[in-house]
Amino acid sequence: MLVLTRKPNESIQIGEDIEIKVLSIDGDQIKLGIDAPRHVDIHRKEIYTAIQQENNSASQSPINLFETLNIVKKS
Amino acid sequence: MKIQTRYFGEVQISEDEIVKFKQGLPGFNIEKEFVILPFSEEETPYHILQSVSTPSLAFVLGNPFVFFPDYEFELSESVTELLEIQSEKEVAVYIILTINEPFEKTTANLKAPVVINLNKGIGKQVVLNKEEYETKHFIMKEAVSKEGR
Repeated sequence: MLVLTRKPNESIQIGEDIEIKVLSIDGDQIKLGIDAPRHVDIHRKEIYTAIQQENNSASQSPINLFETLNIVKKS
Repeated sequence: MKIQTRYFGEVQISEDEIVKFKQGLPGFNIEKEFVILPFSEEETPYHILQSVSTPSLAFVLGNPFVFFPDYEFELSESVTELLEIQSEKEVAVYIILTINEPFEKTTANLKAPVVINLNKGIGKQVVLNKEEYETKHFIMKEAVSKEGR
């Protein structure tokens, strides 16, 4: 991983069109501003990871789904 | 064309039924083409999101408004642009269900609904910024409490 040291109001440029700016620092909270093209999705990492994991679990739904859902329908 | 599916065996589909996910789904980035198959011929809140290229990969989708009548969110401009959405009428929204046993433990991912432009055949699993929506909501919670169990 590339490691860079930045101060408030300093930025990092990624490629042609992504800029990440340190807006402020307050204790252990760092506020970042991100400028990126619209087609680039930006997420808090833990939320994106949670969705990846949930998709993984969801794709493992039981193969005998018919029985499961049919039981629900009848009840 | 014929495809192999996780839940229905071999299924005949037509090209224009294929929904393209340009970025795949989180965790499944290389899966760009899916079809939506109704779970049964009768009216059902359940559908299957079946990968066209990977027979074993399928998700169970639910109609969110059946399970969560108050469910609502706004699509960002970047999403409406990506999905080329002109009007609300051409949009379908599904939630991905994680089926658990017993079925009462089944959860829905309200944080990341699957949004589809039906006319254009393009879709995206959208990650919402709403904090009240999480990746696991019990779909039976209301039903259970109503029946006083």
